[in-house]
Amino acid sequence: MSINRRQFLRLAGVSTVLGVGGASVLSALTGKGEAVSQTTPHFTTDPKAITGKRWGFAIDVRKLKTDEEYQKCIKACNDIHNIPEFGNPKDEVKWIWKDTYEHTFPTVTEDKIMNKELKEKPFILLCNHCAQPACVRVCPTQATYKRKDGIVMQDMHRCIGCRFCMAACPFGARSFNYRDPRGKDANGMPFIKKENKEYPTRTIGVVEKCTLCYERLAVGLLPACAEASNGAIVFGDLEDPNSEVRKVIDANYTIRRKPELGTQPSIYYVIGGRE
Amino acid sequence: MKNAGKVVIGVVIGFVIFFGFPFYYNIGKANVAPKLKYDTPAILQYEKEYGKKECVESKAFMSAEHMQLLNQWRDAVVRTGDRIYVNSRGESFHMSLQNTCLNCHSNKKEFCDKCHNYLAVNPYCFSCHIVPKEKQS
Amino acid sequence: MLEKALIGSKRYWLWIGALLVVIGIAFIQYLHQFSYGLGITGLSRDVSWGLYIGQFTFLVGVAASAVMLVIPYYLHDFKKFGKIVILGEFLAVSAVTMCVLFIFVDMGQPMRIMNVVLHPTPNSIMFWDFIVLTGYLVLNIVIGWTTLGADRKGVHPPQWVKPLIYLSVPWAVSIHTVTAFLYAGIPGRHFWLTAIMAARFLASAFAGGPALLIILALLVRKLTKFDPGAEPIQALGKIVTYAMFANVFFLGLEFFTAFYSNIPGHMAPIEYLYTGFEGHGKLVSIMWTSSILAVLSLTLLVFPALRRNENILAVACVSMFVSLWIDKGFGLIVGGFVPNMFEGVTEYWPTTPETIITIGVWAIGFLVLTVLYKVAVAVREEGGYHD
Repeated sequence: MSINRRQFLRLAGVSTVLGVGGASVLSALTGKGEAVSQTTPHFTTDPKAITGKRWGFAIDVRKLKTDEEYQKCIKACNDIHNIPEFGNPKDEVKWIWKDTYEHTFPTVTEDKIMNKELKEKPFILLCNHCAQPACVRVCPTQATYKRKDGIVMQDMHRCIGCRFCMAACPFGARSFNYRDPRGKDANGMPFIKKENKEYPTRTIGVVEKCTLCYERLAVGLLPACAEASNGAIVFGDLEDPNSEVRKVIDANYTIRRKPELGTQPSIYYVIGGRE
Repeated sequence: MKNAGKVVIGVVIGFVIFFGFPFYYNIGKANVAPKLKYDTPAILQYEKEYGKKECVESKAFMSAEHMQLLNQWRDAVVRTGDRIYVNSRGESFHMSLQNTCLNCHSNKKEFCDKCHNYLAVNPYCFSCHIVPKEKQS
Repeated sequence: MLEKALIGSKRYWLWIGALLVVIGIAFIQYLHQFSYGLGITGLSRDVSWGLYIGQFTFLVGVAASAVMLVIPYYLHDFKKFGKIVILGEFLAVSAVTMCVLFIFVDMGQPMRIMNVVLHPTPNSIMFWDFIVLTGYLVLNIVIGWTTLGADRKGVHPPQWVKPLIYLSVPWAVSIHTVTAFLYAGIPGRHFWLTAIMAARFLASAFAGGPALLIILALLVRKLTKFDPGAEPIQALGKIVTYAMFANVFFLGLEFFTAFYSNIPGHMAPIEYLYTGFEGHGKLVSIMWTSSILAVLSLTLLVFPALRRNENILAVACVSMFVSLWIDKGFGLIVGGFVPNMFEGVTEYWPTTPETIITIGVWAIGFLVLTVLYKVAVAVREEGGYHD
């Protein structure tokens, strides 16, 4: 029988689809028969884990008196998370850092009359783990997403490196691996000065940011920056009215960064105590 | 088509020569299946304490399904927030490629790489997850 | 029909060869970028989108060229556009191809592109951009190829093409709207947070796309035996004029809101672009170039006596295209990132590898355009056309 080109192509296409489909059905039916097991494998949380509904911080920078105290908090994070140092501000990767009042709260605008002590006080900045994060709204693959404990998480496995989240974040909290973090600089020095073997590095071309020490919370430890801050950074569940962080917020005047944008940041900066 | 018969014969011969190359080039060479080494210090220690070598799941399961298992672990740890895996024997494990799996299987070259190289697969896990230093077995 | 692209003059093959050389060089640069990382570009932690995304944004606008011919011809029976609608559709195919390629070279992990399909995220505008761009590409390929094939045989296109053509009209509007939404929905960047972003995109698209189309039509007339006709070109000229006036007017609206409200966050990016901000002003000269070229093009276009002269029209279109390219393909993106979220300034300028890769993608676009236009022109030259 003679068939023309169109009929042949149609036949070939249908056969391919049926063949592929048939193979997958077959493998699903035969499956892998495991011997009868005592339990059905499942996942569960570590009983030591700290759980909460909305993790947040109250940061009182008045308690950080010297530059060393700021650096101690920053170093605590950088050391355990294998943060690379690329050696130039262009490619910089930072999860937590120190900056001026004006840079932290730029929408307050230049005010020469404001309280001098506050104006000259450096602040500590990190991801705000917002309750309504703009970055989560824009991520096309849900590589950044909000966990049920409130952490705005970054799944480095899934990130395609489109950097839409970096454009969306109003707080400049995110960094991109413009280079391979496992590489070496011009002098042959690795970008990661000292590897923490218990935590992964990241890879080239993915976005990263503070992940609220989720790996420490999961085993009952506080976030590294809070632990190193000697009480300046108070961590806790914002939805628990009895938590320490809520007590600090209740007892003081606090401000958040760019609250008018509606992202509901979870970091409250203490700027003064009540009488 | 002119000389259709000769052309077809030529194409068939060419096809056989070209696509048969992997076969006749390797005639006489043994293509040995990879032999994995299970004699890291951590595994030998486990054997001393418990009398046998055991992984998180059975060897047959792990051979066939460790990729899927690791994907599930990844989603549970990173996305859901669960850290503990209870296996089919009821034992609990801390889900971590670096700290659990590679803790026992610290000989990546004699273990992971053997099968991966044989099958020419290149999982990108190790571009982030740190491989422990190969310990002398 | 594709075989028509395999027969050409020496000049044609020289042009194809030159494009292939450029593409080859750019590809090697891309491999370099792939291994070194995007750090090879001028991008930084503060300015995380630059030339690549700017080009993508601009080319989405160029892709509107098709709909500017489709609406008058198919919806309003403007027969004069009949012979050149195909040129618009094929330009759209070339432009959208470049869009997709620019996204690809900008991604940090391009091998993971399928994650967008495997994990669809309807709340993400980028997800929708992926959908509408791919859809528009497919639509134009199918519509263009089918109608051209029918022309070649001297028959009506098949009935099923008609609904696709009608669909392509709102779809074209959607690609601009969705791409504008990438910028207009971001809370922290006041340069972008404007309700008229999508309107500006549409206006500049309806100016820039047809402007390029006029230039291409004039080139086709010069280089081949197919004459698109003086009347269609003049009609396009009028469309371009009105669209550009709208675009410049919208830009003026942005200036007013920023400076009359006197809000520092609104003013700062515009100051950075046009006068410099806190001592930084890398983009000032090119932004003013863009403005001057815009005014020049409008002056040449607004007077019918000037517009009717095809040489003057060509100058006006080139000047407008360059003006829009600077404004939308560069200034718009960088302006959103300067000043940064801390009201500091990190400047951006493309590096040489980045520029070479960009030129390479444009070369691929021109290659696609050349091949498709060769086919279309060959059909027209043979007399293949059916009203």
